[in-house]
Amino acid sequence: MLLIRCPYCEEERPELEFRNAGEAHIARPTDIASISDEDFEKFFFIRSNPKGLVFERWRHVHGCARFFNAARDTVSDKFLLTYKAGEPKPDASTLHAEGGPAAWANRPPDQLNEKPKAKRSTKGEA
Amino acid sequence: MAKIATAVRNPAHSGKSVGGQGVALKVLEPASRLSLRARPDAVAALSKALGLTLPQKPKSSAAKAGRTALWLGPDEWLVIDEAGGDPVADCASVKGLHSAVDVSHRNVAIAVTGAHAAATISSGCPQDLSLTAFPVSAASRTILGKVEIVILRTGEDTFRVECWRSFSDYVWGFLSEAARDS
Repeated sequence: MLLIRCPYCEEERPELEFRNAGEAHIARPTDIASISDEDFEKFFFIRSNPKGLVFERWRHVHGCARFFNAARDTVSDKFLLTYKAGEPKPDASTLHAEGGPAAWANRPPDQLNEKPKAKRSTKGEA
Repeated sequence: MAKIATAVRNPAHSGKSVGGQGVALKVLEPASRLSLRARPDAVAALSKALGLTLPQKPKSSAAKAGRTALWLGPDEWLVIDEAGGDPVADCASVKGLHSAVDVSHRNVAIAVTGAHAAATISSGCPQDLSLTAFPVSAASRTILGKVEIVILRTGEDTFRVECWRSFSDYVWGFLSEAARDS
């Protein structure tokens, strides 16, 4: 089971307590009546769905019931960071730096023996 | 001539209990319960009106004179009064913006006691219930099997499990089975 850190409960909780709530940082138009149909479609239906790092809203529905945001790697399912709703979107480059094994997933086979450039702790490794 | 009808309330599962090896289950007496939502600026006044300090720390609770306040979220508490008081009435005098809803009969409480109490709940609850992660007086909303419950650890070997009344059949059955296995 995945453990997800809830920024409001300030600890890791089992994934069964959480629900995904779609893509994060989508700004609602200030005057929704005045925008064109194309802009509305873009805002309402179109989601980026990239492979790799995504910013998502999650809800700790069977816990504190609060919505929060998370940066997650869709390849490894690893949560890189969770933060409270309303906080600014973190810089994607700083998140990938701590990638570890997750960052290996998208590499072509001939590059798999290369160490990732990110700083990794050597403590505990043989 | 009109007959006088008398409404008799039959609390769900009242008086039920199961004793086993190392763990006992008991449906607790009905209590007054209050679902409280409030912004930080009203918390001090509400604490004063309720006669206990509303906990601010995640997963914690505060108890005083038969009344317990459980932290459920950053602005949400469950107040349980077993001393016959009326916590909703106590909140009525508070001026600060808040929402106090009486949910006394929404919930059914089950006491899980004994050396295997934590193991019994853990059979369907994914949270870590060890004493280091979930000490005495810790409280949390979580899940048991497929329903939502609120757990309060009242002692090292005693838990209070609160579930919605319509889910109480399921929770009682689940915990009874778990008690047999643990």
